[in-house]
Amino acid sequence: MTFSITRRGLLIGSAAGLGAFGLTGCDDVVQNPNVQSVLDMAETLTMKSQRLLVPKDKLAREYSEADISPTFRPNGTSQPDSEAYAQMMATGFADWRLKIDGLVERPVELSLADLKKLPSRTQITRHDCVEGWSAIGKWTGAQLGPLLQSVGLKPQARYAVFYCADQLELTLDGSGTYYESIDLIDAFHPQTILAYQMNGKDLEVAHGAPLRLRVERQLGYKHAKYLMRIEMKDSFAGLWGGKGGFWEDRGYEWYAGI
Amino acid sequence: MATLDDHSQATPTGPTITVIRRHSLATRITHWINVLCLSLLLMSGLQIFNAHPALYWGQYGADADPSWLSIGAVDGGTRGVLRIGNLQITTTGVLGVSGTGDDATERGFPSWITIPSYQDLATGRRWHLFFAWLFVINGSIYALIGFLSGHFRRDLAPSGEEISPHHLGQEIADHARLRFPKGEKARRYNVLQKLAYLIVIFILLPLMFATGLTMSPAMDAGYPFLLDLFGGRQTARSIHFICAWSIVLFVFVHIAMVILSGLWNNMRSMITGRYVIETERDDR
Repeated sequence: MTFSITRRGLLIGSAAGLGAFGLTGCDDVVQNPNVQSVLDMAETLTMKSQRLLVPKDKLAREYSEADISPTFRPNGTSQPDSEAYAQMMATGFADWRLKIDGLVERPVELSLADLKKLPSRTQITRHDCVEGWSAIGKWTGAQLGPLLQSVGLKPQARYAVFYCADQLELTLDGSGTYYESIDLIDAFHPQTILAYQMNGKDLEVAHGAPLRLRVERQLGYKHAKYLMRIEMKDSFAGLWGGKGGFWEDRGYEWYAGI
Repeated sequence: MATLDDHSQATPTGPTITVIRRHSLATRITHWINVLCLSLLLMSGLQIFNAHPALYWGQYGADADPSWLSIGAVDGGTRGVLRIGNLQITTTGVLGVSGTGDDATERGFPSWITIPSYQDLATGRRWHLFFAWLFVINGSIYALIGFLSGHFRRDLAPSGEEISPHHLGQEIADHARLRFPKGEKARRYNVLQKLAYLIVIFILLPLMFATGLTMSPAMDAGYPFLLDLFGGRQTARSIHFICAWSIVLFVFVHIAMVILSGLWNNMRSMITGRYVIETERDDR
């Protein structure tokens, strides 16, 4: 058997191997709505299988003090730019109130002092940004589950929607207001807390002062900062892009477990 | 590599041409789905990597932490640099900075290798996770059939004699001289092929799968042993990256071997299953 590598053979062989790379030119395919709806099936599959495989109260790993990251990178907004926020900041958030309303029996408004009296939890956990980096921090805050129980959820309540003080890419219709949502499984998870402390100190502005969400089994963009209001809802209808969050409206998965 | 439809044709002077059924339908279908999945997984994976083009060892790692590999732009965004440990390589135009002059843009891997071509992490993730699912389903079907049909035992498991240092040395020497098995020996994979396929199927691909899951905060909560197995989420991310490029390396060698040892015969056998072996008369 002899080898005769013809020019034609080499060219065709290389073309076969590199054929897939030609797809980069096809951003049309990437943007096609039908293609996207097929790809969306993976998110449903991921969420259903993870919900099946991970017991609903299973805790995210907690680390030791020694594991805490020397620097914890603030991401997204590091300083909300509204006048209202600046005023709250000036008074050390004395006038700040967290409103909890929507599909609840007894809507409330809580001050920071009120929140600090509630059952709390301290946990050293890993924050995984969707971009790929991770940081470990110690968080202290009120557990969301007991708080929601105390205000009494109506039977139709399915999601906790978090409205924030910060804005990104603000447009005329107000889309750009940061918001997030989680379902009741994550809302009632023992490690889901409304954190007012990080690494033993009151939360810094860059990390979401005065209050942020920690929902430890999800990626970083779910951990909404600068919380102003929690509304219990049965759907995302009427909320900006209708996908349940600022980043979700911009193409990211609502279920961010991977 | 069953020989279901052997039919030999002897010509008075030339070699005997035998057509054998080399690859089962299951192997052929799963192979081409793998080609699709691995290509798209690599390209969407590099899109994801570009969102934070640095790799770390351990439980955490972000901008301020020491990375063992990074791709970035220096000198005001004009010079691309790939850094591995203390080694710095200028990669302007390809890594760190795509294009040159006025067209220079800061990006980790260049747009021609990422899905989508522009920077869009959300879309890259959608493609990656969709093809990860397809790839895992396809791989599970292949593995199931491979075990049940005896394909792994019959065609991939090397014999004791084959993995003897003498035989291995001989095979390596033959490959280096581009002397590939012919005649009856071409009916079966040679030992280097077997070992390469076994490493990919039973080491690299399962590692990709397991390190991919270790990057999931939900899976880490459910199965914390994953973090202990790999030594942390950031180590798992690094291993995921290293395995991906190991597979790329395998694919390049694989394609080179396919071309060198008979492009048309190999392609036909992977598409129709039929592979031609030529047997010299005096070989028989």
